[in-house]
Amino acid sequence: MRNLRFLLQKEFRQIFRDKIILAMMLGVPIIQLIIIPWAMNLNIKNINLSVVDNDHSTYSQQLITEIGSSGYFRIISADQSYRQALEHIENGSSDLIMELPDGFERNLIKEGRQTIGISVDAINGSRASIGRAYLGSVINDFNANLKINQVNLADTLTKTQGFIEITYSNWFNPHAEYKYFFVPGVLVLLLTMIGGFMTALNIVREKEVGTIEQINVTPIKKWEFILGKLIPFWIIGMILFSIGLCVIWGVYGITSTGSLPLLYVVAGIYMIALLGFGLLISTYCDNQIQAMFVAFFFILIFILMSGLFTSVQSMPPWAQYISEFTPVEHFIKIVRMIVLKGSGFYDVLTELGYISIFAIVLNGWAIWNYKKTS
Amino acid sequence: MEEKVIVCKELTKRFGDFYAVDKISFDVSKGEIFGFLGANGAGKTTAMRILCGLSYPSSGDALVAGFSVRNQQESIKKNIGYMSQRFSLYENLSILENIEFFGGVYGVSRKEIKDRSYKLVGELGLQKEAKKMVGSLPLGWKQKLAFSVSIFHHPKIVFLDEPTGGVDPVTRRQFWDMIYDASASGITIFVTTHYMDEAEYCNRISVMVDGKMEALDTPGNLKTKYGSDSMEDVFYKLARAAKRTGD
Repeated sequence: MRNLRFLLQKEFRQIFRDKIILAMMLGVPIIQLIIIPWAMNLNIKNINLSVVDNDHSTYSQQLITEIGSSGYFRIISADQSYRQALEHIENGSSDLIMELPDGFERNLIKEGRQTIGISVDAINGSRASIGRAYLGSVINDFNANLKINQVNLADTLTKTQGFIEITYSNWFNPHAEYKYFFVPGVLVLLLTMIGGFMTALNIVREKEVGTIEQINVTPIKKWEFILGKLIPFWIIGMILFSIGLCVIWGVYGITSTGSLPLLYVVAGIYMIALLGFGLLISTYCDNQIQAMFVAFFFILIFILMSGLFTSVQSMPPWAQYISEFTPVEHFIKIVRMIVLKGSGFYDVLTELGYISIFAIVLNGWAIWNYKKTS
Repeated sequence: MEEKVIVCKELTKRFGDFYAVDKISFDVSKGEIFGFLGANGAGKTTAMRILCGLSYPSSGDALVAGFSVRNQQESIKKNIGYMSQRFSLYENLSILENIEFFGGVYGVSRKEIKDRSYKLVGELGLQKEAKKMVGSLPLGWKQKLAFSVSIFHHPKIVFLDEPTGGVDPVTRRQFWDMIYDASASGITIFVTTHYMDEAEYCNRISVMVDGKMEALDTPGNLKTKYGSDSMEDVFYKLARAAKRTGD
């Protein structure tokens, strides 16, 4: 225990002395937390729409106005012909073409139906399908209003066609705001980067400089050395986590729906798992370039496969299987459960179990592989 | 009989079919200054790493301060000091902080560290630099500091791996004065060097050639035996027979 106190004292002195590292560890994550969620916004807006109105009627104008005011579309051109509109798609200035045929208004009133043409630039698949769906829903609204108006006008009609209207209620994230889904994810991402890289690089640096040999020749015990490295970074990680929580509350107004102490317990265990991961890398690598490469490789996989940006459920089964083996996947799940849903201890128990297993295995492996005598 | 602090018997380190250290046997007495000579690649550092408990021997055994290098490395580590070829104090800690850390992990009490570190800094003439980062010191000062740190906890034996490499002659002389002082206080010195004038300062010298120990005696006896008037010449006669190339 005595040795540990000397190790901690030394480690903190070194960390606080290196102003650049300190700034990188604390400042950059905060700034990223403020910037990234805006850039990573998957709520698709500003879809560029070209309109070909062959009817020039009240109804057609009404529909176009409604689409323009929906907030999702930017009507970039009103073209004379489909061919002309297609040019906008070809040069990339437009994502969608909506063509209203001649006789649009007349057919709607007289026959109660009209087909319109929509063409989609599908290069960016998700943008295209979301754009098409939005446009469909705006037209449906327009349709529904039309029916109501007609029913009102033709009061005498006794039989109205029954139609099913679907209304949505988004639970836990009422406005289906992407930020609510994403911001906790960015917080997790930052903890992951700090935890994974900092320990790995720190220990490998001691190898490079040669000070680790001086440590290995002292009576410091293996577990003392490892705890001496883990504890300072664990504390920094938790401080960072707290700052992150403040930032997402201040900037995005997101506060944890569930228990804050529970969130901290989970974050604490997750941090141990990740520090163990960094430690493990450091026991296998001899220089910082190797450590950086290996850590980057795994952290990239962790991040892309963990459901931080995408939904794990939409991955093919084998990818979902891999995803289970990333500690990040379990942690992000719990964070979203607690922060957005307000889940309690028993709800997150299974996932917490997984994280604990990661913590034990990674650290155990690292301690086993760190040798004072070779 | 004198107390033996290192007893080495047929110590061997093999990497594949390469014998880095090949059945070396020798004793070192308490308080002795034992010079460990050899060309680059002769196996000096490997042997020293085994004696310090940093590396396992392939066969043979050695007792360092009464503990075996086969399975009691951690007990050895409590009783020795080690100064490696590479400077290995923390460059981003100050002189006092380095002394405090290494003294601390070797079990010196905080009070004693405090009292003695100021005294030590005074003896080294580094009062003004005490709070400066070690990385900013000139090499000669760093080496003297590293030596002082390695014997701060009064170990039984201190292992010095080319402690004066790249150091100017004046500082080297001062360094050897410090070694004599340490030896006088009962610390056994085990030192490797490439400077033959330094070899003359040792009580006894061993010369390693191709992993084997080819000679072991006092500098005077070695010179008589090989009919030379300098250690330089003795070393040259022995090392010339080497088949391995340097490094």
